Amino acid sequence: MTATQANTGQHRQPVHPGTPPAHPVLRFWRSAVGKKWIMAVTGIMLLGFVFAHMVGNLKIYLGAGPLNTYAEWLRNLGEPALPRTVLLWIMRIGLIGAFFLHIVSAAQLTRMNQRARPSKYQSPRDYAAASFASRTMRWTGVIVGLYLIFHLMDLTWGNANPRYVRGDTYENVIHSFKRVPVAIVYILANIALAIHIFHGAWSMFQSLGLNNPKWNRARRTFAMGFATLIGVVNISFPLMVVTGVVK
Amino acid sequence: MKLDSHVPEGPIADKWDNHKFDVKLVNPANKRKFHVLVVGSGLAGASAAATLGELGYQVTMLTFHDSPRRAHSIAAQGGINAAKNYRNDGDSVQRLFYDTVKGGDFRAREANVYRLAQVSVNIIDQCVAQGVPFAREYGGLLDNRSFGGAQVSRTFYARGQTGQQLLLGAYQALARQVHLGNVDLHTRTEMLDLVVKDGRACGVVARHLITGQVKSFAGHAVVLATGGYGNVFYLSTNAMASNVTAAWRAHKRGALMANPCFTQIHPTCIPASDDFQSKLTLMSESLRNDGRIWVPESGTDTRSPDQIPESERDYYLERRYPTFGNLVPRDVASRASKREVDEGRGVGPIKNGVYLDFGEAINRLGRHTMEERYDNLFQMYERITGDDPYKVPMRIYPAVHYTMGGLWVDYNLMSNVAGLYVLGEANFSDHGANRLGASALMQGLADGYFVLPATINDYLAPLLGSPAVGTDDPAFKAAESNVADQTNRMLSVKGTKSVDHFHRELGKIMWNDCGMARSAETLDNALSAIPALRDEFWTDVKILGDGESFNQSLEKAGRVADFLEFGELLVRDARDREESCGGHFRVEHQTEDGEALRDDDNFAYAAAWEWKGVGEQPEVHKEPLTFDNVHLAQRSYK
Amino acid sequence: MDLTLRVWRQAGPDSPGRFETYAMPGVSEDMSFLELFDVLNEQLLADNEEPVAFDHDCREGICGSCAMMIDGRAHGPEKGTATCQLHLRKLKNGSVITVEPWRSAGFPIIKDLAVDRSAFDRIVESGGFITAPTGAARDANEILVPKEASDAAMDAAACIGCGACVAACPNSAAQLFTAAKYSHLSLLPQGQPERYTRVVAMVEEMEKYFGSCTNHGECEQACPKEISIDFIAMLNRDFVKAQFKNTRLSGQRA
Repeated sequence: MTATQANTGQHRQPVHPGTPPAHPVLRFWRSAVGKKWIMAVTGIMLLGFVFAHMVGNLKIYLGAGPLNTYAEWLRNLGEPALPRTVLLWIMRIGLIGAFFLHIVSAAQLTRMNQRARPSKYQSPRDYAAASFASRTMRWTGVIVGLYLIFHLMDLTWGNANPRYVRGDTYENVIHSFKRVPVAIVYILANIALAIHIFHGAWSMFQSLGLNNPKWNRARRTFAMGFATLIGVVNISFPLMVVTGVVK
Repeated sequence: MKLDSHVPEGPIADKWDNHKFDVKLVNPANKRKFHVLVVGSGLAGASAAATLGELGYQVTMLTFHDSPRRAHSIAAQGGINAAKNYRNDGDSVQRLFYDTVKGGDFRAREANVYRLAQVSVNIIDQCVAQGVPFAREYGGLLDNRSFGGAQVSRTFYARGQTGQQLLLGAYQALARQVHLGNVDLHTRTEMLDLVVKDGRACGVVARHLITGQVKSFAGHAVVLATGGYGNVFYLSTNAMASNVTAAWRAHKRGALMANPCFTQIHPTCIPASDDFQSKLTLMSESLRNDGRIWVPESGTDTRSPDQIPESERDYYLERRYPTFGNLVPRDVASRASKREVDEGRGVGPIKNGVYLDFGEAINRLGRHTMEERYDNLFQMYERITGDDPYKVPMRIYPAVHYTMGGLWVDYNLMSNVAGLYVLGEANFSDHGANRLGASALMQGLADGYFVLPATINDYLAPLLGSPAVGTDDPAFKAAESNVADQTNRMLSVKGTKSVDHFHRELGKIMWNDCGMARSAETLDNALSAIPALRDEFWTDVKILGDGESFNQSLEKAGRVADFLEFGELLVRDARDREESCGGHFRVEHQTEDGEALRDDDNFAYAAAWEWKGVGEQPEVHKEPLTFDNVHLAQRSYK
Repeated sequence: MDLTLRVWRQAGPDSPGRFETYAMPGVSEDMSFLELFDVLNEQLLADNEEPVAFDHDCREGICGSCAMMIDGRAHGPEKGTATCQLHLRKLKNGSVITVEPWRSAGFPIIKDLAVDRSAFDRIVESGGFITAPTGAARDANEILVPKEASDAAMDAAACIGCGACVAACPNSAAQLFTAAKYSHLSLLPQGQPERYTRVVAMVEEMEKYFGSCTNHGECEQACPKEISIDFIAMLNRDFVKAQFKNTRLSGQRA
């Protein structure tokens, strides 16, 4: 009889059975701490993307020329060392990979957490620290993910935008946002994105283990500032188009 | 029966080394062949089980807790003594030995105490190696403080949680052995009987507290480390589940119970607030370093303490003991408080406390310094009472805290039953009639880490080749049915009163008649009241539920049933000991100043009681105590 | 004061449970929350109802036995306080208090409010120790420990193993417990040789029973010893390092 079995009359079987694989990478991937690390690293990549995307899009306020020039520059990035759009595609593949790992990790951790508490509390919880943002990560994540598909169909592939003209980024954006329901979808999705970023940008330090009590307050401020910046700027685009400020 | 303490010959400083050389050894390959049962997972039990496991013995550990880490050692606050002399203040093994014998009012066995002082230094080394986070100086060296009126700073501490940290150290060592398969851990498993065959302890019978299953465990030796019996008083600083059951059932199988009347009352506890009070909370003794104890001069004074002028306050300890003042030893301080309360000058809503006032210290040292020294204690006090000690004086009163008595053991820590070892607070050996502060942790770990692992081989070596008695032996079957019978007997009473009711009533008898001050009259009263209460228990106790499931009332009933028998022995021992010493104060035997008056001519012995049956007069066996290295002297703290 | 208790009653691990409501009139505000349950159990006994099962022992906030979810908070509304140290004066007169057991697959319910927390022992057994067999230790003062490191280790070591962190965590994660145990040992010089094997062993054992940490921070708030989630960050960092570090050729550098 092992100590574990003898321990109580209770079941002491693992909630999540199985043995870790031998290879360190697989072992790392299997563990929740490893997955959270991966989520943090991919999260940083995605934050970088969101930030750069936002910075690029700000050129909408400079007019059609600069925005389209910027879009063209992106395609030419890496020339002449690399052929046109190759670097852009490398970045895109990297981003797709980051999204994929971020989402798969999140889904697997969610399942793990559901199994870890099969019967819920039967009375309302009174949270002392868990914020709305932290508790809704999986929902804001799903919203942002769905929105992303629409966003690509709308402005990259064009199949959700009847007046899509390949290459004319500025006009595509204006035409898209002029549709009020689309503008509303964009605004709501970016609120979700900001909320998601608020918890993510704070939480990633924790997951990576990059913490120092001296900077704990600064981390909160950074997360709040970053999320607000992304949210406000991104929401401003549809808002300005719908209100006719940007034509 | 002749009690042989097996104290080795030779000068006291060489006894332990000589003894370790003289005992028989078990060779490393043979240790696997021996199976040792350890009951209890506190400092003594956990350290013993871990060390025996490391040595290679097969160990089975039983604890009634859900985890070994919950044992009540965890609650010790102050610290652990060791004769390291890191402060260069004149400490030595000899001085720690001397202080302990004198502090115990000359009722401990010299050789045991000397060994305790010797191994104290190894304990600190061992604990540090395990990662116990003792307090440090800025240079990275260990910090010390003075404690309990000692004249040297020899106490090592980890904030106010020394017991917790030491227990976690032992628990972690134990956990490692569990992981390696050397220790088989059984939690929520309560020992309810000892199995003795042909004069040798060969196993225990235990009940699994969740399933109710009664199960036998066999071994070549049985180690009890099951703590003290302070809860016989109902209200004490002990944990709710602390009990005498394992020791008592062993006693009923022949082990002698020594000096049960030596109980320690700690002077600084938070007084009970009402009848519903379930336990008392200790406030560290260190508070007396800066607090002044007083009561109003008039018992009818109903003003709040800050309204009572200095001239109408009686700082009675400072008045009676000008030299030691508020720092007199525990027993002296406790009795003085009792006197004030008994004479009607108690404070608080039910007039059952005295003030411990920090006003003067706060004025002198500033609030900041006081926060640094005592903030966690002050917060704990406020949480419990709702009063802020920075503003109003604390109310304190003595409470039962530790029990020096316990099962009789020889120098090897083996009881008179062969193969039955008793460690820690459960035995009687090292503290005499009064324990010094920060010495309980030291003794528990000394027994478990160093003494037992060096002595148990002497008993086991000759048993090589003889298998442990099987659990199908009639002796085990008899003990199993004994346990099952008692459970059924308790469940079948179906009376009207709760288990707690009987415990509370027993506590009142014990506290009133055999508490801080005892007299022939009160003790005789208790000797007639306890059997009556016991009879009532067996005819009127009410326990719902059954014995085949998790039934906390049933668990408790078994423990209270034992207290109802044990309490009588405690009182009888107190009645028999016609002297005052340490925690045992007989009002008939006091000096003109009201101090304890020992009678070394007639009572310099350990009284070891032999069980003769419920309600029968037990037989006393006396182990004479000789003091060749410390001179018998009257304690004085004037 | 008058209180009403809504208490989760469940006969056994696999039995269905339900809330029962008990009126508790005229109780003293000086009572502790567990003493309230003592009074309730005396009432129940008088009414021939089985007493409520709950774990408790030291009643001074150090053994970690007591475990109640009180009005949606682990150990109730008072910060830094275990259930046994919560006194009724902190509650509102006339209120209805709902009490549930800790809920986690890693803490199966035994009966009523009592749960089985032995998964915590498994985590410690897996690596929460320093290998230092009795007798082999050198003089205690030969190991210098910077005061700050010792204080930080003590902050982590203050954990009482009550399980409030798991109970409070929306994910039922045991990260704070594991991190506290881990950090205590790994902040000290004595704990360095086994540092990286320890972190992997403890994390993997923890993940057999509990959920994952998503940094809600709820554990820190529920912890009766107010242990910081900074220790969780340390655990995470060391776990990642352990997986990719060449520990074989790191020599004395931990």
